[in-house]
Amino acid sequence: MMKGDRKYIVMFLLPAAAFMSVFLYYPFFKSLFLSFFRTKGFTTKTYVGLDNYVRMFSDNLLGAATLHTLELMFYVIVFQVGIALILAVLVDNITWGKGFFRTVFFFPVVISGTAIALLFVLFYNYQFGLLNTILQNLGFSKVNWLSESTALKAVAIPTVWHYVGFYFVLFLTAMTKIPSDFYEAAKLEGITGVKKTFLLTIPLIMSDIKVVITLAITGTLKVFEFIYVLTRGQNGTEVLGTYMYKKAMVDLNYGYGSTIAIYIVVFGVLLSLLANRLLKRDEITY
Amino acid sequence: MQQLARGEQKVYKRKKINFSVGQLISYLVLFAWSLSTIYAMFWIVNNSFKVSRDVMNSSFKIAFDPVMVNYTNAFDRINIGKGYLNSLIMSGGTVLLVLLFGGLAAYVLSRFNFRGRKALFSILYASLLIPAFATVVPVYELLIKTQLVNTYFGLMFPQTAGNLTFAILVLAGYMSTIPKELEEAAFIDGCNRFTLFTKILLPISRPAFASAAIFVFLWSYNDLFSALIFVNKEAVRPIVLLLSEISSQYGTDFGLMATAVSLTVVPVLIVYLFISKYIEKGLTEGAVKG
Repeated sequence: MMKGDRKYIVMFLLPAAAFMSVFLYYPFFKSLFLSFFRTKGFTTKTYVGLDNYVRMFSDNLLGAATLHTLELMFYVIVFQVGIALILAVLVDNITWGKGFFRTVFFFPVVISGTAIALLFVLFYNYQFGLLNTILQNLGFSKVNWLSESTALKAVAIPTVWHYVGFYFVLFLTAMTKIPSDFYEAAKLEGITGVKKTFLLTIPLIMSDIKVVITLAITGTLKVFEFIYVLTRGQNGTEVLGTYMYKKAMVDLNYGYGSTIAIYIVVFGVLLSLLANRLLKRDEITY
Repeated sequence: MQQLARGEQKVYKRKKINFSVGQLISYLVLFAWSLSTIYAMFWIVNNSFKVSRDVMNSSFKIAFDPVMVNYTNAFDRINIGKGYLNSLIMSGGTVLLVLLFGGLAAYVLSRFNFRGRKALFSILYASLLIPAFATVVPVYELLIKTQLVNTYFGLMFPQTAGNLTFAILVLAGYMSTIPKELEEAAFIDGCNRFTLFTKILLPISRPAFASAAIFVFLWSYNDLFSALIFVNKEAVRPIVLLLSEISSQYGTDFGLMATAVSLTVVPVLIVYLFISKYIEKGLTEGAVKG
């Protein structure tokens, strides 16, 4: 401690603390508070105890949104994390072009989800979209990509594609941190190729895989743009984020909307804890 | 002896062939995935130079005689230039606020020893669990009461609060690696805590500030949810909101949609190619720890 440090501590922390209190912590607790009220706009509210929470459990639409979110999460964990891992293993093993692939793979991450969603509007359009044009040229009949049976999968594709590069870079970085003598020792034992990947690389980056899966879970709970632009939640694509938006900002039911928001937070925390429990492993330090 | 040597050579040879077949397959897969990005970008930009009818009927043909009608439409009819300006002002402002306040807070949290420091870190980590959904209603109410809704500050303030956690964790992580002796020497030379920050910490932590700035900018620039609620009037709406409205209002004008996507993506692509090194560095230094 230097002389007069207390003054600086307060002075330097104050702006950040003020912003976060006013626009993050206070609103969060206010949401929690609002979830116990029946509201009419911002003017009138009546305390209803746990009514909103009781309603939540009998809300079939919320149940459906939860299931859609879980299905999307499944695709994200299997394909987004899976593809990212495969690409990272491949790039880690090649000799030239590493920088090129890193740059190209990461690029979708920096584009807004909204722009990507709009791109897929052009791909999926029934009459003139890219996919149906290809199908017709090949002699097949057109497919309604955003129909009840396929819409959620159709929305999952841009969602997955958007962030593969993000996890790819995280995995690749983790792999380059593995000391090369590990690989040399494995080579002496005759462990190479696919065997090396499964016996050495993947176990060694397990803690990063855990982080990525947690990020994927919390990330999926925030999915909003793709569904808002592509389907507006129609045809079995409503997820928790879009449903909360509809209840709170379209129906202007702030009380129930807040209840759903609290539900999303609790759901996210529980899923992350579960994932961490399931993937429990000893940390490896080099 | 000779036979043995030949045998050895054979093994060596076979290994080499396997190796390169593996490499070949790797490259095929990697190029296929790259193509999904590169071709998609090419397709959208290419189609932005065609009239809608051609986008619908022959989207694969290269636009050899480009038409600019979509671009004039984008600027005149949907005023995409204004959307750009709004986005730059609000996201730029958010980045400045986050770096300034986040930098100061990170300095205190990483370089000072005081009671409650650990508790503050726990609070920071906990706030990573608060999504925008859980704050939007009260923030909206607050913005209406303070008449900040549909002003630039109406988006900047909530986004600043939302991004401060990430920025503080990244910056504090970086600053804690700077040796203490440096500060002590400067202190003896007559620097106070504030000049220490501006003269020593800030310049050394430039890489961390750069990567935090990039990520905060991207998240702010791409955040449709907040924009949809806090700044949806034409005078202040950012480009993401404009994009989402195009699909519902001009859903049949394929040329215009292609142009709008191109106009959002291409500038980002150009900037990205220059700074991609910093982005990946930032990701590996900070984001994971955060």
